[in-house]
Amino acid sequence: MIELQLDRVSRDFDLPGGGTYRVLDDISVDVQAGAFVAIVGPSGCGKSTLLNVAAGLLPPTAGHVQSGGTPLAGLNRRATYLFQQDALLPWKNVRDNVALGLALAGVPRAGATARAADWLDRVGLTGFAAHYPGQLSGGMRKRVAMAQHWIIDRSLMLMDEPFSALDVHTRQRMETELLALWEGVDSSAAAAAAAAGARKTVLFVTHDLEEAIALADEVIVLSAGPASRIVARHPVTLDRPRDVMELRTLPAFIDLYRAVWSVLRAEVRKSQQNAQGRHA
Amino acid sequence: MRNADRRVVLFWQAVVGLLVLGLWQGLVSLKLLDPFFVSRPNDIVRRIGSWMSAGTLWGHLAITLEESVLGLVAGAALGIGSGFALARSPLLARVLDPYIRMLNAIPRVVLAPLFLLWFGLGIWSKVALAVTLVFFVMFFNTYQGVRDASQVLIDNVRMLGATERQLVRHVLVPSALTWIFSSLHTSLGFAVVGAVVGEYLGSTRGLGYVIAQAEGTFDTTGVFAGMTVLAVVVLIIGAGVTRLERWLLRWK
Repeated sequence: MIELQLDRVSRDFDLPGGGTYRVLDDISVDVQAGAFVAIVGPSGCGKSTLLNVAAGLLPPTAGHVQSGGTPLAGLNRRATYLFQQDALLPWKNVRDNVALGLALAGVPRAGATARAADWLDRVGLTGFAAHYPGQLSGGMRKRVAMAQHWIIDRSLMLMDEPFSALDVHTRQRMETELLALWEGVDSSAAAAAAAAGARKTVLFVTHDLEEAIALADEVIVLSAGPASRIVARHPVTLDRPRDVMELRTLPAFIDLYRAVWSVLRAEVRKSQQNAQGRHA
Repeated sequence: MRNADRRVVLFWQAVVGLLVLGLWQGLVSLKLLDPFFVSRPNDIVRRIGSWMSAGTLWGHLAITLEESVLGLVAGAALGIGSGFALARSPLLARVLDPYIRMLNAIPRVVLAPLFLLWFGLGIWSKVALAVTLVFFVMFFNTYQGVRDASQVLIDNVRMLGATERQLVRHVLVPSALTWIFSSLHTSLGFAVVGAVVGEYLGSTRGLGYVIAQAEGTFDTTGVFAGMTVLAVVVLIIGAGVTRLERWLLRWK
């Protein structure tokens, strides 16, 4: 089954002085249900715009989006969205933030709290339920955000450079934890669900190619903006479950990195030249 | 603030107060200032004491507080409600913008005689005056607070499945609360000003009436005593608001 389908999607933005600016140009992607797809590209290439279109937060200027086989109208109710910025509600404590999606859906408080406590255990934050986000470190806040989105159990997870603000070591830990949740190695129930083909679909945007290869089944490279297109798609055939810490020294990983980087490097150069051209 | 810091601040606050009062009392005792014009601290304290023991103070104070609280509550309700409505409806906000500016530009004192005419000498003309002062402070702060709410928080909550009403309750109201509370202190002062000015210009009860009566007989002690009572009451209520604010914004 195809979880998400973008069919010849373009997106323009209005310029302040009139006229339009094309961010995405003629993008077509099919994301299979249960796949982990990473999107890489130079900064400013419209990666976030692509996710916003998939989430239904932005309508495409041209083209069609299908989610779970039906055309998308309004917000994508099959998707959750982990933002690059902190999006936890600062006035709710950790427990209420994690349980928020359940509360919004009308789940009784006792049940929602119990499930939130279970998720806090899973992301290693037992004992922090009564803390407010402002009292946590960046990595802990990301864990709370992951639990907040994972708890409502949607089939598609959109992630926009979720770990880019973290230091290298925290980032690798978060990547490991994300893969553990997704691969379902942390609990037998989730593992059984994964075996039955109920694994979530992930669309993961990053500017870090290593991260993309370490996590994903497929890496999609976007061209430098404006009018970004898809310039390459590389399947990642590394075995799962993966060890993010060890992976980076494997010959297969390095070969793949070289292959994708040769494409990405050209786009990064172009985007830098464009930026210099604008400044001149 | 650390306890030690707080004690230092309290100490110096007391020093400043005693210095001013001592200077005032001293200059009058040395006949450098005439008590007919500026009264003197010990007379003012004695006057307040006699009002308290005679029981005349409480009735006037209760009336002024009643008017202020009614004005504050009504003005806040109207201001917060309109602030939300206009912040959520940009078209309405743009249409009403010049009218709101025009109304806000009117000096409220000139409205007082009109309100006396419309609502009579009783408390409602004073409540109305307090409302016109409180409304705009609350309105502008609520409007700004709602518009200031982070777009990422809004998008995140919508992706988690929030309806429009849930969005207001879980994101916009808490986000606006910071602004609303910072304006509550100003509004409180304005509510009392509205009530007292209303009483001053035409009434038979209230602290504004007491001050006006004292001025009519060149009784400066009475005027200063009335102002002192007002100032202390506003300070006490303000401390209460601060505690409430600290509890509601405890996540900060």
